[in-house]
Amino acid sequence: MVDFGFGLVPSSRINLDLFDREKYDKLTAIEPDARICISCGSCTAVCTAGQFAHTSLREALDDILNANPDKALESLRSCQLCGKCAMVCPRGINTRHLILSIIKVYSGE
Amino acid sequence: MTPLFQILAAQDVAPEVIDRIPSGYSHFVIPFAVGITFMLCWLLVGCVRLLAAIPRHDRLTFFKSLFIPKTIVRNLKDLFGDCLLHLKIWRRKPLLGYMHSAIAFGWFMIIVLGHIEVALFVPKRLSVTNGGLFYPIFYRYFVWMNPGHTTLRGSFFFFLMDFFLLYILSGIALAVFKRFRSIVLGMRHTTKPSLADRVALYSLWLIFPLRLLAESFTADLSGGSFLTVGVNRFWHLLFGDKLWFTPCWWAYSISLGLFFVAMPFSRYMHILTEVLWILLRNAGIKPNHPRKGVAEAEIYACSSCGLCLDACPMNVQKKNLKYSSVYFIRFLRRHNEKKISAIADKCLMCDKCHALCPVGVDAPALRRAQRATENNSLPFDYSCISAVDTGLAATGVWAPDASRPVRVNGRPDALPPDPSPQESLPDASRPVLYFAGCMTRLTPRIIKAVESVFEAAGVDYVFADREGGMCCGRPLMLAGRNDAAAKLIEANKKMIEESGCSTLVLSCPICYKIFKEEYRLEGIKVTHYTQYFNELIASGRLKVEKTDRKLVYHDPCELGRGCGVYFEPRAALGKAGTLVKASMEYDESICCGGSLGSLTLDVKDRAKIAEASLKSLTAGSPDTIVTACPLCLKTFSEAVANSGSPMNGVAVKDFAEVLRG
Ligand code: SF4
Ligand code: SF4
Ligand code: SF4
Ligand code: SF4
Repeated sequence: MVDFGFGLVPSSRINLDLFDREKYDKLTAIEPDARICISCGSCTAVCTAGQFAHTSLREALDDILNANPDKALESLRSCQLCGKCAMVCPRGINTRHLILSIIKVYSGE
Repeated sequence: MTPLFQILAAQDVAPEVIDRIPSGYSHFVIPFAVGITFMLCWLLVGCVRLLAAIPRHDRLTFFKSLFIPKTIVRNLKDLFGDCLLHLKIWRRKPLLGYMHSAIAFGWFMIIVLGHIEVALFVPKRLSVTNGGLFYPIFYRYFVWMNPGHTTLRGSFFFFLMDFFLLYILSGIALAVFKRFRSIVLGMRHTTKPSLADRVALYSLWLIFPLRLLAESFTADLSGGSFLTVGVNRFWHLLFGDKLWFTPCWWAYSISLGLFFVAMPFSRYMHILTEVLWILLRNAGIKPNHPRKGVAEAEIYACSSCGLCLDACPMNVQKKNLKYSSVYFIRFLRRHNEKKISAIADKCLMCDKCHALCPVGVDAPALRRAQRATENNSLPFDYSCISAVDTGLAATGVWAPDASRPVRVNGRPDALPPDPSPQESLPDASRPVLYFAGCMTRLTPRIIKAVESVFEAAGVDYVFADREGGMCCGRPLMLAGRNDAAAKLIEANKKMIEESGCSTLVLSCPICYKIFKEEYRLEGIKVTHYTQYFNELIASGRLKVEKTDRKLVYHDPCELGRGCGVYFEPRAALGKAGTLVKASMEYDESICCGGSLGSLTLDVKDRAKIAEASLKSLTAGSPDTIVTACPLCLKTFSEAVANSGSPMNGVAVKDFAEVLRG
């Protein structure tokens, strides 16, 4: 193939073929709220852990949909379950359970 | 040496009681003997297994506790008060208390008195080889009262036995009635009995009427008092001279046998396991697994009385009844893993069921242990908080290490705000450290009010997490992530100890509970701001203006039931206005619904709980609801805003705000 030089930077490439439907269904079965996030970012703005290390529930949810669960786990590994995100989430998402469920579903084999 | 009772028994020349059946045995005792043997073996094996399962040092503590005079007194008090007289239920629901104590205490007395009678009149039958297992139970069948030789002593026992039988029967009558109309006894919800429960329940209902039947049928021979003799006369009226009594004794024995066989599989095992649990509890041993060791004694001590059903705030909706502690414990017994974990995750950890449980079953603690089995091992990475090393000691204010590049809000290069420069803290001049905590920091109005109180009282304080801070670790513990929580505790502890403060003031009950219980801050007084401000008022440092506001105080779960702080906030608020009563307060206070304890309860269910809690709070038509928890403040503010017109006039305010007028 001729390389036209228009390729994507690998790090920002989204390959939806890698999306793990089975795990996502498992996640939404134990925490249906995963589906109703509007990516507003409020959770990330107030995040306690975010002062120390990159932590973002919004990003984690996007990364899961973008078939990048490892990045999602990275965005949540410092979470202290403090619950501030639950206090501000406009969708009333059970954020703490959602975080626990993501870690449970995607970090176990 | 002849035992005293034999001397007493020998005083009468003509025997008062004649051992009617020389062998001291009759076939009808078989069902009972089989049943009780089975149950006792089961109990023995269970106890041994249980004690073997608890860690060695706990076991030692337990055995030692049995010889400590203070614990002995407490054990006796609790055994009589909780197992037999059911004083805790009496206090709350007198009729229900009467029912439970009638069956428990009455039965206990009948067994004890039965044995005393045998010891007095036919002492040789007490030995196991001579039928000691069943003879005292069926005493009346085996003996013949020598007419004309009945002494006062004999009549006295006849009377007592009849009296306690009647007492039990009245309890049973109430129990039957309760199955159909529980509300009369003060219970809105009752538990659904399982199959073994049903077998045990119906045989229990039958045991005492059958005992009356059997004893009244034999009363011609074995004598009796007002009840048995009276009923005996009635049978004679109905059936004529000859009463054929053996079938009645068979029926009595079968009902007892059935009950004892079903007992280990039913809720009634609590009658005996409760004893073990009370001893373990008073020895101070805590469960560390939801199912094994001490926890096992605890779950078998639950009587399925169902008092936790009405206590649980989730049960404002009938669909949530299944998440109550009583069912949690039932599924733990049955090893129903799926249901156990769903129920464990739902609970708000408000601790009300524990506070109101007549046997002190700490179901919320078991739930936390259950959550830990699933969540404690999940991976986490708190390496970032080592930044705390350069914390409060150097700057006076803890802040994230600025030299460490971290991404904030997803922007890779943004650094956290610089800590404002502060002079270092000499111990004496800065004795008070204020830690707001995550929730308070999200509720700036509380911080504003707290700072204004500090200033008004001239308190020299340091605001530990003004620029940001870590979580206290309690939310992690509530989710069963104890190892992760330990990391945060360690880091926070270091920060606080290095600050050199003498007093730590907290405005969040969630923080307060864990700082008090898990941090072990030597030489530092940990207080909640309600306690601290009340002290300031009492010592005259803080002046509060009395207004004519009608205030109602909401007991936050973690502060009230969690830490036993009920008095101080009320004392302080009494100086700022008139306190009115809520319909449920102190340890009966209803969770606001916002609790971090629940992992899976959704917003709609939480809103319903908030509604119920508000209803209780507004019972005395106050114009201000006062909370002492940032989470309650937010939950109630939203609930009032969303509710209809009657609630509209009510303001929701924080404790510190009210003190500032
Ligand atoms: S619970 Fe976790 S993600 Fe949510 S605000 Fe707290 S630390 Fe951040
Ligand atoms: S606050 Fe709620 S809706 Fe907004 S991004 Fe976070 S989880 Fe999604
Ligand atoms: S946990 Fe306590 S209150 Fe609930 S059913 Fe058992 S004994 Fe009764
Ligand atoms: S702790 Fe509270 S929410 Fe949980 S079961 Fe007990 S009463 Fe219900």
